[in-house]
Amino acid sequence: MSDYAIQQIVNGLSLGSLYALVAIGFSLIYGVIRLVNFAHGDLMMVGAFATFGLIATDHVPWVVLPLLVLVAGFLSGGLVERLAFRSIRGAPMITGFIVTLSVSVALQNLGLILLGAQPRNFSFPAVFRERVALGGIDVAIIDLTIPAVTLLCAVLLTVFVKTTRMGIAMRAVSENTLAARLMGISINRVVLLVFGIGGALAALAGLFWGGKFGQIDPLMGFVPGLKAFVATIIGGVGSLPGAILGGYILGFAEVAFVGFLPAAYAGYRDAFVFGLLILILLVRPSGLFGSTEEERA
Amino acid sequence: MTPRAAPRFAVSPTQALALFTLLLVGAVVGLEVFGSGYLRTLAALTLINILLAVSLTMTNGFTGLFSLGHPAFMTLGAYVAVMFTYPVGRRGFAMPDLPDMIRDVALPLPAAATVGGLTAGLVAAVIGLLVLRLRTHYLAVATLGLIIVVQTLALNLDGLTRGGRGLTGIPREASLPLIALCTLLVVMLCWRIKHASIGRAMLAVRENEMAARCVGIHAFRLKMLAFVLGAALAGFGGALLPHVVSVMTPKSFGLMLSFNLVAIIVVGGQGSVIGAIVAALAISLGGEALRGLEETFQLYGITQVIVAVALIAALMWRPKGLFGLREPLVRTP
Repeated sequence: MSDYAIQQIVNGLSLGSLYALVAIGFSLIYGVIRLVNFAHGDLMMVGAFATFGLIATDHVPWVVLPLLVLVAGFLSGGLVERLAFRSIRGAPMITGFIVTLSVSVALQNLGLILLGAQPRNFSFPAVFRERVALGGIDVAIIDLTIPAVTLLCAVLLTVFVKTTRMGIAMRAVSENTLAARLMGISINRVVLLVFGIGGALAALAGLFWGGKFGQIDPLMGFVPGLKAFVATIIGGVGSLPGAILGGYILGFAEVAFVGFLPAAYAGYRDAFVFGLLILILLVRPSGLFGSTEEERA
Repeated sequence: MTPRAAPRFAVSPTQALALFTLLLVGAVVGLEVFGSGYLRTLAALTLINILLAVSLTMTNGFTGLFSLGHPAFMTLGAYVAVMFTYPVGRRGFAMPDLPDMIRDVALPLPAAATVGGLTAGLVAAVIGLLVLRLRTHYLAVATLGLIIVVQTLALNLDGLTRGGRGLTGIPREASLPLIALCTLLVVMLCWRIKHASIGRAMLAVRENEMAARCVGIHAFRLKMLAFVLGAALAGFGGALLPHVVSVMTPKSFGLMLSFNLVAIIVVGGQGSVIGAIVAALAISLGGEALRGLEETFQLYGITQVIVAVALIAALMWRPKGLFGLREPLVRTP
């Protein structure tokens, strides 16, 4: 394989990881309360700006910073749930949809007002931008860090969901909310936790997004958020492995589209992503891993 | 729905339409005689919003499809229409890739907008065959994706659209009376559909698709009809807009517009034509009033925040929108 191809694979891996991180939260939230959360991508923006602010203080050591960003994401995810989404739980799906879109619009515009529309330069310490030789080709350290951390998060989350009491409660709520409540599970607490976890992972994706692309702005979250939704759908909404795999499929497909086709087509990148979505939905309407929901009268 | 006492004042659907026509004619005549240029432009934009909201009510409200794709069809209709209304002498410079066949064809706006609407409808028919198999949020994301696909195309086909620089100097042919007439026709069409058997069939599909199919309603055909007709009207309305403001860019009609339109019909009540009209009026005029505030305090974007927060509050207060499916003050048989 040529160096160029390997470089593209590394690119696909790191872009796919970012989509996967956002898609996990999307999928968790949908799985538990059947809400399609358009505001999810904007939590990525929150995470990116939290990182930006923390770097600017110059006092936070690099080991602690991602943890603080996770906390910031957790809190903002929970806050959004508490303020906007709790009161519409159980409302018709379209109402939920509109409310999440409203939250997204409000977050973006608040970002514009408070942070300004100018994109900010975002720099990680030089050590992340250094390149290392790996089997004959050199890759940026950041492109290796992103998949590694994503993998770690996915493993931790899976263990959490499979083994802990809270994880079991989460699965119970997603299986049957009413039955879970009858078993004495506090629905509010579970939903708050799910939004928190989703927010934390999205914020972490924001941190990496800034590190990888070097620029952040208040509107940065929406389109990646949509693409993460596409990734979720590709994998099958509500399935954790599906979300991760969908993220990587989308990341690789996007990089392959830009990297291996003539440069004249590069402008059509986003069109390609959504074209792919429609194509996959036609072949497998519930995604690759989703279970088909039975139609009832 | 719980039976409610008959309102003291109620009109029949036909009378309601006549009343609306009267109000519209009165407003247009008043503005033409006394209004300033600013007020007339504001009225024109508000009327186009009403047109768009009412056409979306048919797709999303009556039939219960959750399409966010209106701006995609608007963009399409607008560019196609502009190809026919753009000054012939400047086309060689602005649109070098225009097919020879239509290079010298200049159409008046109503004809050009109709061509734009038909094109949008045609494209929607092809897209609809694919995406209308999808339900609920899948359909929403697919149509949202459609906006991005169309915008990307418009951005890259710069031999026709001048790409990101946009087309300027589009003739301002859309006068207020013309727009009012178009809006009236669209409102009449949707109103008629709602009160005809086809509209009832659409509502049945929305309430319970399987039950509707059991009583012999061809659900897919109806969904296609609602989707294609809505798209054609969106293309038609979209074609009017650049002829008011004289500029068209690939980003003219985007995700934010999609959000605002859906917000209008959700606040008005899914499926209520009068609700859509009232909400379109409120959001257009309210947004414009807030824009002054934005400039005074240098808080650009606060309008969208307020609209979004108001929307959330409205839905907490009335989860089914202002009127739900009902048409207030109109007698239904």
